[in-house]
Amino acid sequence: MGILDLANPTRFLRLVQIVLPWLAGLCVIVFAAGLYMSFFTAPEDYQQGATVRIMFIHVPAAWLSMMCYSIMAISSLGTLVWKHPLADVSAKAAAPIGATFTFIALVTGSLWGKPMWGTYWVWDARLTSVLVLFIMYLGLMALWRTMEDPIKAGKAAAILTLVGAVNLPVIKFSVNWWNTLHQPASVVRMDGPTIHPTILIPLLVMAAAFTLLFFVLHLMAMRNEILRRRLRAMRLKAAAQARPASAALSPQAAE
Amino acid sequence: MSGWISSLFRRELQLATRAGGSALVGVLFFLAVVTVIPFGVGPDLNLLGRIGPAILWIGALLATLLGLDRLFQADRDDGSLDLLLMAGRPLELVVLIKCLAHWVATGLPLVAAAPVLAIFLNLEPVAIGAVTLTLLAGTPALTFIGAIGASLTVTLRRGGLLLAVLVVPLAIPVLIFGVSAADAAVSDPVPFLTPFLILCALTLIAGVIGPIASAAALRFSAD
Amino acid sequence: MPKLIVDDLTVDRGGRRVFAGLSFQLEAGHALVITGANGAGKSSLLRTLAGLVPPANGRMAFEGGDSDSTLAEHAHYFGHESAVKRALSVSSNLEFWRDFTRPVLPDGFAANAMAPMDILELLGIGHTADLPAAYLSAGQTRRLTLARLFVSPRPLWLMDEPTSALDAASEAQLIGLMNTHLKNGGMIVTATHTELTALSPVTALQLTAPAAGDHGGHGYDDDLEAFA
Repeated sequence: MGILDLANPTRFLRLVQIVLPWLAGLCVIVFAAGLYMSFFTAPEDYQQGATVRIMFIHVPAAWLSMMCYSIMAISSLGTLVWKHPLADVSAKAAAPIGATFTFIALVTGSLWGKPMWGTYWVWDARLTSVLVLFIMYLGLMALWRTMEDPIKAGKAAAILTLVGAVNLPVIKFSVNWWNTLHQPASVVRMDGPTIHPTILIPLLVMAAAFTLLFFVLHLMAMRNEILRRRLRAMRLKAAAQARPASAALSPQAAE
Repeated sequence: MSGWISSLFRRELQLATRAGGSALVGVLFFLAVVTVIPFGVGPDLNLLGRIGPAILWIGALLATLLGLDRLFQADRDDGSLDLLLMAGRPLELVVLIKCLAHWVATGLPLVAAAPVLAIFLNLEPVAIGAVTLTLLAGTPALTFIGAIGASLTVTLRRGGLLLAVLVVPLAIPVLIFGVSAADAAVSDPVPFLTPFLILCALTLIAGVIGPIASAAALRFSAD
Repeated sequence: MPKLIVDDLTVDRGGRRVFAGLSFQLEAGHALVITGANGAGKSSLLRTLAGLVPPANGRMAFEGGDSDSTLAEHAHYFGHESAVKRALSVSSNLEFWRDFTRPVLPDGFAANAMAPMDILELLGIGHTADLPAAYLSAGQTRRLTLARLFVSPRPLWLMDEPTSALDAASEAQLIGLMNTHLKNGGMIVTATHTELTALSPVTALQLTAPAAGDHGGHGYDDDLEAFA
């Protein structure tokens, strides 16, 4: 089944119906394994104690916040270049999920920061970049919400997503520059020079679990968005059917 | 070839400066923002002198963004936008020229007002010169980036606030290097020229990306 | 001979199918009058021909025209909105559109660009040339909008309700000008509620609302054929 076959929303929905239970089940299993490993098999850090376990949530969330934006950027190309009818559905469905993971990354980052830095928020280059990404997600969601026609909103959001994708490296670079200018690199980084396998393996399993969770949520959100648009199409159809009667009442009104 | 360019530029300039245009409101807003800051942080002249370049840059950023919501909307409201699309001129170039005219009408007055406002903020002469120079090099980038937001929100009744939300994250690099360059001229952790040249590069990049993205958004908006 | 060709044109707007499978040809020197009820797609057809609305399906082309120009660049769009800037003077409004709009003169189209002052005099608003356009009445604004079509000639006029806001005398003059345009080898596609029988030679095109089952959009209904 090629990607073009999936252009049909009905066929796509049928595929989602088959794939989703398996994907969700796999996600639960991997999560169970990952959580068990992070809580029971991974050792405590000799300096940070149990707080190091926040990393098993924080790092996958941060990874997903980036991956989600990449998926939105690819979907935007799909909207603008290949004109794939499901591309803007994919982009729109991904935005709130990406914003949520970004938010989780921010919250866990500051919770980790409290015992480490003694304060919940530091204008650290990474946290600041993630905050900017969060604002961009919210801006995109606001743009979608304010435009009524989903096709037009999809095109506008696609342009903004791509401009954002081009800008993200520039923003990242500028924030790093700004950060080294104002506070020379003395902040403890989360990733040490080497990560011991007893920590690395749970981390990778958790990253896989989060990625699976993303795909489950993304497929569900796409399904909902397709149903929402179908509802809109049916309402438009219902409105169009009532037209002859109203035309009879006001025969010569300007268009 | 060049006849229509100068014609468009002159028209945009006239529209911005005549009745109904908003060229000078931006400067008044700039003045208002800068006046309000000392009430917030206190009249400590040393502190104001230290954060002065940042205040001027943030004021210029806000004044630029708030003046941009009518950049294309006025043309859409009276049907001119349809004709701009049909005229057979490259739309990216049309957007670029509209942005330049808008900057001359609204951005240049901000640059001109900056030295006066810098005196209120107790900036040293070197810092005044540096801030003015960075604003001159950096505010066009704000207009180009803002044009993307203006064309994305052109169909919305009250798009001004949304425009600012969409555009502010994209404008962060300009702000960082603008303020860094102005600071570098006084207290030198880095030479002035490094951030200043990066700022100029950002303006040039924005001058390419802004019109391209904005023209694409305008084409979609005509539907 | 230039010719406007529309073949199997389908237009969707806002997820709604406006019309489908529309085909017609228009030869140089001919006018096409589109009639139809509200929402039958008269304005949508004109805006599609003007390149402002992308068609969902089908082909439209200006054959025998200038090869460097698109269909939209062969056309003047005369819609409901005036595109007049109230703060600028009448003459500078018109001069801008003369400079900005690229004239397109294919073979077989024999119109000449008129000087802004001449067309303003001809339309009876020459005395307002130096006044800001804000002082014009609705009818005068409409005539200023019309003047744009003469300062930068293009063969195809797309006119949406051209006679609105015009009195009987101005309407007669407009129809005379439209007939002159046809004689010069131009074409007119116009949407109207009133009969424009005074145009010649003229073809009529009746648009009807699509049947209830014929629903387009992007395949979000259960129509499996839509993307099959």
